[in-house]
Amino acid sequence: MDSSRHIAKHVINLPKSGIRDFFEIVSKMKDVISLGIGEPDFDTPWHIREAGIYALEKGKTHYTSNLGLIELRRAISKYVEANYSVSYVPENEVIITVGVSEALDLACRALINPGDKVMFHQPCYVSYSPSITLAHGIAVPVPTFAKDNFALTVEALRAAWQPGCKLLMLNLPCNPTGGTCDRAQIEAIAKFAVEKDLIVLSDEIYSELTFEGVHTSIASIAGMKERTIFLHGFSKAFAMTGWRIGYACGPAALIEAMMKVHQYSMLCASIISQEAAIEALMRGEDGMKKMRDQYHRRRDFIVRRFNEIGLKCHLPRGSFYAFPDISKTGLSEKDFAVGLLQTEKVAMVPGTAFGENGKGFCRACFATSYEQLIEAATRIERHVQSLAAKKA
Amino acid sequence: MKPIVKLLLEGGSLDTAQMAQVLNLSAADVNRQLDELKASRVLLGFRPVLNLAHEDSGVVRAVIEVRITPERGGGFNRLAERISKFDEVESCFLMSGSYDLLVFVNGASLQKVAAFVSEKLSTLEGVLSTATHFMLRSYKEQGFLLDVKQEEAERLKVAP
Repeated sequence: MDSSRHIAKHVINLPKSGIRDFFEIVSKMKDVISLGIGEPDFDTPWHIREAGIYALEKGKTHYTSNLGLIELRRAISKYVEANYSVSYVPENEVIITVGVSEALDLACRALINPGDKVMFHQPCYVSYSPSITLAHGIAVPVPTFAKDNFALTVEALRAAWQPGCKLLMLNLPCNPTGGTCDRAQIEAIAKFAVEKDLIVLSDEIYSELTFEGVHTSIASIAGMKERTIFLHGFSKAFAMTGWRIGYACGPAALIEAMMKVHQYSMLCASIISQEAAIEALMRGEDGMKKMRDQYHRRRDFIVRRFNEIGLKCHLPRGSFYAFPDISKTGLSEKDFAVGLLQTEKVAMVPGTAFGENGKGFCRACFATSYEQLIEAATRIERHVQSLAAKKA
Repeated sequence: MKPIVKLLLEGGSLDTAQMAQVLNLSAADVNRQLDELKASRVLLGFRPVLNLAHEDSGVVRAVIEVRITPERGGGFNRLAERISKFDEVESCFLMSGSYDLLVFVNGASLQKVAAFVSEKLSTLEGVLSTATHFMLRSYKEQGFLLDVKQEEAERLKVAP
């Protein structure tokens, strides 16, 4: 029996992640320097891990309320108010989720009616477009460009907008480009959202890792709190990817709708992770800043090296990704990445894994040691030079 | 903090050429900056951090709490500096609390450390009392965990 005929159409038509393809190739090779990872190279700081262990010792092994531990929601409310200038009521405007990915999925499932259109900037995180499709929405990508340092411009939004657009997804700073928007740009986007009556899903998972200027949350702009769902988590800033812990803040009615989906699917996030997350918010700031400072210096190094090598690379203002333009080599991003992997054993992810607008670029994660970054840059340089010699 | 000092603190065992790459300087410039740090006594030197537990080094380590009399004009400094000059003394700190100096001492044997304390340290004029604590086992040295199996956490090679 052909069991695949039973798979739902919208799932079977979902394209396989470009990252998955690349992962298959890389995972079969040994001694690869990987700049293909989307997570911190630091382990979770010990005091946070210790809080997780202590939670187990105390017998914290049960369900929590669907919305999550009230202590954690209170801590989040304080943290968000202090760092993002927008205040949420812990009792009904905050929900704890299994990573920010679940929060994004909940928002899509709670808000999208079949056929609703959802705008998002691209290149973008791999799950944005599939999340929309899985909720029976229609994805409307909005391009961002290297000339703007991959900031989302209101002009691009306006050009891409079409009747039926209901949501706008933002990921600033952005994975994979490191692009972000300054306050004036955020205000312009906010004005556009009000004009077109859009609800904004603002994924700010990399916001603590902003290296230049101050991060502005769109939720803090006047008139935006009521039409924004602020999505965040602990994975990147506190090096807690494996704990799968995130949250969403927003108007009570929308959080309640998300909670309905969450309670019937996930029930609640892991209590151990929730306890550890409280510790991260209460006492994790110094450790987080230390990690950010290290990413900052590594970014300066790798971006400078890409430009020296002749792969033009804008300065990512946030995140831990550089996004160099490899088009000068005359190869497609996929051929370049595969060639680099096979000849020099350095892994970078082809930009098109993050959508069509990633054409001509590759993503390089600089959350790895100086030794690895130095060696990777040397190998990339050698590869680019040998490609140029072949061309000549 | 100067960029080169930050890199020394976080850069692990980078050599001069690697430091030059990270700092976007020539190797000669890195060497010059290191020399300046040495001249200004910010960079005192490089030493390996070793786990000697398996080497049967025979080194005995002790921590000594020392109470001393401060001197008019010089406070604790003159005597603290004098104590610091002994080869046996690895580190010496002025402390708040119930004693004045905390002295870290190395010796080839327990007897040698004991002799240092009874014959050299406690007989110095101005030293009122000493309390010696021998170290039994080391668990962490200058940021490095010892004897704890450091299992390499498995990271995916490619992740979104």
